Amino acid sequence: MSVRRVMGTEVEYGISVQGMPTANPMVASSQVVNAYASATVRARRARWDFEEESPLRDARGFDMSRQVADPSQLTDEDLGLANVILTNGARLYVDHAHPEYSTPEVVSPLDVVRWDKAGEQVMLDAARLAQQLPGNPSIVLYKNNTDNKGASYGAHENYLMRRSTPFADIVRHLTPFFVSRQVVCGAGRVGMGQDGREHGYQISQRADYFEVEVGLETTLKRPIINTRDEPHADPEKYRRLHVIIGDANLSEISTYLKIGTTALVLSMIEDRFIGRDLTVDTPVSSLRAVSHDPTLRQTITMSDGRRLTGVQLQLEYLDLAKKYVEDRLGADADEQTLDVLARWEDVLDRLERDPMSLADQLDWVAKLKLLEQYRSRDGLDWDDAKLQLIDYQYSDIRPEKGLYHRLVNAGRIQRLLDDEVVERAMTEPPEQTRAYFRGRCLEKYAAHVAAASWDSVIFDLPGRESLQRVPTMDPLRGSKAHVGQLIDACDTAEALVSALTR
Amino acid sequence: MAQEQKQPRKSGEEQEATEVAPESDVAERKEALDDDVDAILDEIDDVLETNAEDFVKSFIQKGGE
Repeated sequence: MSVRRVMGTEVEYGISVQGMPTANPMVASSQVVNAYASATVRARRARWDFEEESPLRDARGFDMSRQVADPSQLTDEDLGLANVILTNGARLYVDHAHPEYSTPEVVSPLDVVRWDKAGEQVMLDAARLAQQLPGNPSIVLYKNNTDNKGASYGAHENYLMRRSTPFADIVRHLTPFFVSRQVVCGAGRVGMGQDGREHGYQISQRADYFEVEVGLETTLKRPIINTRDEPHADPEKYRRLHVIIGDANLSEISTYLKIGTTALVLSMIEDRFIGRDLTVDTPVSSLRAVSHDPTLRQTITMSDGRRLTGVQLQLEYLDLAKKYVEDRLGADADEQTLDVLARWEDVLDRLERDPMSLADQLDWVAKLKLLEQYRSRDGLDWDDAKLQLIDYQYSDIRPEKGLYHRLVNAGRIQRLLDDEVVERAMTEPPEQTRAYFRGRCLEKYAAHVAAASWDSVIFDLPGRESLQRVPTMDPLRGSKAHVGQLIDACDTAEALVSALTR
Repeated sequence: MAQEQKQPRKSGEEQEATEVAPESDVAERKEALDDDVDAILDEIDDVLETNAEDFVKSFIQKGGE
């Protein structure tokens, strides 16, 4: 009934090795992940020496021994194993040719922002640590989604939903929302078409890479609604809606609204609150058409014959959401739900009146404003390499080089969180989900945690022959309220496991 | 914030003040705005990668997901 639910993000970062344009991105990604792992998970490193001959154990994700190998000796298969779980409950790993960070499970949009931003800082530290490796590779990471030459990589969102909600309802009510939400949470892109063959500016990084309405794929024929069904929870009760259509956002407000508004729409779908038909005639081409018009005048043809702009379609969802929250929660509505609604309304209102007044809030507007300033000062056309460079460099995660960071530093982009809160989230888990249990176990009993995943923590205890698996199938159990005192009271992993299995 | 100069005035009071503002004020504001834009572009100029064309050419990624 609110913006609260179990959710998180997973972001693949663009990667390049300075001065080595042909460097193998899988090697570089692996260096990034392993450098961070070996610097932050020291206790386990020593502990795992004896297991080197066991490839299965390596696969659990804690092996650091290949850190010392020459990168050229590693096969792709080896590299694919770079994979660690952090004490904040997040997962840091190599996916295809990119380093990727998945936030721990959290229950509010602001917490998604917090642990997503913590991921940027983890990546920043990781790249800096990788520079100390043999050969001193200077690896730069970009929080974006395309090279404008045909390749795209993802920034996914995950939302835990009730299994009882018919998937057809999700497809029907969520598709128009996804076609239009880019006007709020797009990250902006210089270039049109998958390989950037046309010049110009568009609202979304990702829109041109979506080709079908519904499907299982994520790398080819990308669908607006992805059907992957892997709940990492009790499948009788839950599904995990895997959303692949978003852009990677730098702006905290963009991420906050992306998650908050989507969570609200999902609640309305679960509660069967959406009575009106907002179906769009041609979702895939409408998605692109909306993205290709930063003046926001492009209209979408609705199945009922109306023609709405992307902003107007968002206003329909806002109207529903306001009624829904009033109807179901009234005066009991929580602060964050009300804040999401108020900000969503303000942003849509500004998009209607004066989009450029959002240059201090939304990624696509901030980037566009900067590009327009360059165009006007230097007389640049959209095919100028400098504008393309600005697009890339906006997402450079280094504070001294990234243009998003320079704008924040100059007081030109608003934030929701301060540095200290984000920094703590690099090591501390969220308190309301099983990520708390996972993170605290890794922090306190590192030497005896053999493996961990979303739905289990596996202990390797002295004197026990078999590994002890503690399942964490319910995302809302294992929270601080549940196990905080227990973990505080147990000095050893053995004591903890005994207490849990008693 | 630079952006505020562009926003439509909200209150009637401000509206009035804008209307009666002498021309020199407007000119000053315009100048301040230009300075503001120049300041941020100068700062960005300082950190932008130097050879845009080379940089753009070498920014090649593999697909992911």
